[in-house]
Amino acid sequence: MDIPTRTKTVQERRNVVILFAGDSGDGIQLTGAQFTDTNALFGNDVSTFPNFPAEIRAPQGTLAGVSGFQLHFGSVEIFTPGDLCDVLVVMNAAALKANLSKLKQGGTIIANTDGFDKKNLRLAGYIDQADPLTDGTLAAYTLHSVDVTKMTRNALEGTTLGMKEKDRCKNMFVLGFINWMFSRDLANSERFLQQKFGKKAELLDANLRALKAGYHYGDTSETFTTRFEVKPAPMPKGTYRSITGNQGTALGLLAGAQKAKLDLFYGSYPITPASDILHELSRHKNFGVLTFQAEDEIAAIASAIGASYGGALGVTASSGPGIALKTEAMGLAFMLELPLVIVNVQRGGPSTGLPTKTEQADLWQAVHGRNGEAPIPVIAASTPIDCFDMAFEAVQIAVEHMTPVILLTDGYIANGAEPWRFPASKDLPAITPNFIKGPNDGEAFLPYLRDERSVRPWALPGQPGLQHRIGGIEKQDRTGNISYDPANHEKMVRLRAEKVARIADRFKPIRLDTGPPEGELLIVGWGSTYGAIRTAALALQAEGHSVAHVHLRHLFPFNKGLGPLLKKYKRVLVPEMNSGQLRQLLRAEFLVDAQGLNKIQGMPFTSEEIHAAALNLLKS
Amino acid sequence: MSTTNGTTTASVKVDFSSDQEVRWCPGCGDYSILKQVQTLLEQSGKKKEEVVFISGIGCSSRFPYYLDTYGLHSIHGRAPAIVSGLRSVRPDLSVWMITGDGDALSIGGNHIIHLLRRNVDVNVLLFNNEIYGLTKGQYSPTSPEGAVTRSTPMGSTDHPFNPLALVKGADGTFIARSMDRDPKHMREVLARADAHRGTSLVEIYQNCNVFNDGAFETFTEKATKPIHSLFVEHGKPLVYANGTKGICLKDMRPRVIDIGPEFSANDCWVHDERDAFKASLLVRLFDDPRMEGGFPRPFGVFYVNERATHEAKMTAQVKAARERKGEGDLDALLKGEHTWTIV
Repeated sequence: MDIPTRTKTVQERRNVVILFAGDSGDGIQLTGAQFTDTNALFGNDVSTFPNFPAEIRAPQGTLAGVSGFQLHFGSVEIFTPGDLCDVLVVMNAAALKANLSKLKQGGTIIANTDGFDKKNLRLAGYIDQADPLTDGTLAAYTLHSVDVTKMTRNALEGTTLGMKEKDRCKNMFVLGFINWMFSRDLANSERFLQQKFGKKAELLDANLRALKAGYHYGDTSETFTTRFEVKPAPMPKGTYRSITGNQGTALGLLAGAQKAKLDLFYGSYPITPASDILHELSRHKNFGVLTFQAEDEIAAIASAIGASYGGALGVTASSGPGIALKTEAMGLAFMLELPLVIVNVQRGGPSTGLPTKTEQADLWQAVHGRNGEAPIPVIAASTPIDCFDMAFEAVQIAVEHMTPVILLTDGYIANGAEPWRFPASKDLPAITPNFIKGPNDGEAFLPYLRDERSVRPWALPGQPGLQHRIGGIEKQDRTGNISYDPANHEKMVRLRAEKVARIADRFKPIRLDTGPPEGELLIVGWGSTYGAIRTAALALQAEGHSVAHVHLRHLFPFNKGLGPLLKKYKRVLVPEMNSGQLRQLLRAEFLVDAQGLNKIQGMPFTSEEIHAAALNLLKS
Repeated sequence: MSTTNGTTTASVKVDFSSDQEVRWCPGCGDYSILKQVQTLLEQSGKKKEEVVFISGIGCSSRFPYYLDTYGLHSIHGRAPAIVSGLRSVRPDLSVWMITGDGDALSIGGNHIIHLLRRNVDVNVLLFNNEIYGLTKGQYSPTSPEGAVTRSTPMGSTDHPFNPLALVKGADGTFIARSMDRDPKHMREVLARADAHRGTSLVEIYQNCNVFNDGAFETFTEKATKPIHSLFVEHGKPLVYANGTKGICLKDMRPRVIDIGPEFSANDCWVHDERDAFKASLLVRLFDDPRMEGGFPRPFGVFYVNERATHEAKMTAQVKAARERKGEGDLDALLKGEHTWTIV
């Protein structure tokens, strides 16, 4: 018998994109998240993109049921989860069919052969059940067929687990194998399993066995002659953690409330992809966080308004359809001039749309979507980390300017993760609520008497002498009493608009994300397109083009420096995952001939798409 | 200056009326309710600043403007949700919610049932006039079937809600009914509602003399009130019609009996506010007064249950979390559970 040779070559790679795909019950998300964690701990820069079906358990083996997790990790700075992948791991035929187009030419496929039986091939829609693993159609790729199911079962022989439970460990076999393939040791995965299954000895043992079996399989199998290595990235010194956008949003809100010395009241109704904010905040009640799972979206925001009226920081979050339901209450909060943060984790629309897919199509809804003239500040996060920064800023604006604030994120960054060099609490600025303790007009209290920033005072119930009545009906300037006077109405509409416009006074000067201060082309982005635009802009600069990138965090009001900046470039390109909503706002506000690059497929841009569009525009 | 139609007595130290002109139609039942609430607040010894009135939309919802307390006139149907948020963060205040049959039972129907099941500590005054007043005369969810209104010229095809049966169904912990034309009764019921910890819901029959005049006159007018209205009191038998009629329970079914040679008051059902099953029957005494031989309409406090309030349970969780994990440490939170250091 031949003794398997253990001499394997190791190839170094600067960066690798790996896509795990399988049935939504295959544990793909967990496998991906674990491998991400291991690489981040090792010191790579990482960016991830989970992509899953709307159904919890769509029919097994079908294209509709395919769940994916894409990870981009590298020894260089990483801005996106990657356009195309180097390695595609598929647990069944449907996963291959759904994702083959995302694999680079010559890329590596690791396929679980058990997922390519006649039934799976039929369900995936392979004509005449032709097996792509054997019929030569994958000749352009490096294909490794591995019977993961059989080898997992073998590894678990002798345990008392039933067949179904054994098969549930398949993802750990895959994780073990991938760890081997990329020269990572198993310590982090083992630690994770111990935490997850610590009390369930049998399950812990089985998962550890499957994990190790996968690793040893790579080590001993003759099929695999090459391992890869991705060295640590030159990340700035410091202590890091991994963070998803929704976690970032939750922590940013909480940090803001702490810095304002306010209790945080979070009213919300479960909705994809925003629910994780509720899950995260409900774990932190020792910070004085009150989470309220309301009966509907309207009650979610209305309860938050009630909490703000009482002196807490009221926050609500949802996604497009839920935000639509909150619209009337947003108008009320605007009229009451109370602090309130409204988070919209955007998803594909309209109506129910694409619940688990991403889009940026709620910008107009945020900026314009209310009856009457009710301008509400709108800000947007561009990366998972930026979700923290922008959520914190949303609290600052809401509390210091007595206004509802809309924070836009989207499903792409909400679920994506990246390493975060988290701040120390002492480095976060204090937030000062506009509380009032006594009369502000001689002996009288006027609830709508404004300060030099046009901000009204926050008078909490319980304080003697400050009793007042407020509501959604038009009110008299200063007193807040009901008023139907025509001139007063116009005055109030203008005063409220002026108050919101003046929020721009607090913004830092506009800053280019990259590129020359004037030149041929400015790419203007907002939200989750940041990584793709940045990657494209850096590539274009490397190719010698005069291209700059500015990424807008403030969508209403705009940064005062934006108008002059736009005029310094011959062309302006606005890539958006919608039909051109920011582009139209820019054109309306600045009379600039901005061109759009619009993708409305529920999927993020690849940097290549932006690169190509920018080149076209430069040549035109 | 008080411009409400309330008058204050010499013994009252605090005047709860605001400086705003009351703008309900002359003769509206709302005036009577406003006056009783002001009187109750004045006599309760509460401070103005610890009282908050939250309302939705409708004629009744203008109420907060007429009291010199904290007040929030919100949007249609959503007052229960605003109250829930406010109460969660401010258990120290006395919170009152003013609503109507359209506001609470139509557009806000979803919120009111959840307020009740959660048992948020608030006094809910539901002004029921069986009509939409502010929008000028459309039928409401409590208008009787066949009601001819501006939106139902051929009569309403909708079956109405029995509001208190709905409240009971949602496990309300304080259920009562009163009427604008009986100020003393109303004040007593409101005082009980105020004393209750939890959602106290008082349905008040309120006459809209412009769009639905006389909707409740059978229950409120001198001539018919004794025969058609039954005033219940804890521990007392259900007797009405000046002591000539009563209600007994036979095989858990209520029956009207004549008090005389055959039956005495001792044969009647004795009202027990704590009895959830009897309360379910009491709220079901909802016969159309035009019907011969029907049950009288009960008034008074039907049911009281002392289960914990929603805000008390929320606050307890915060306290428990602090005991278990200590006061929140922002730096520890930002750090999370797994970190790595790049040197």
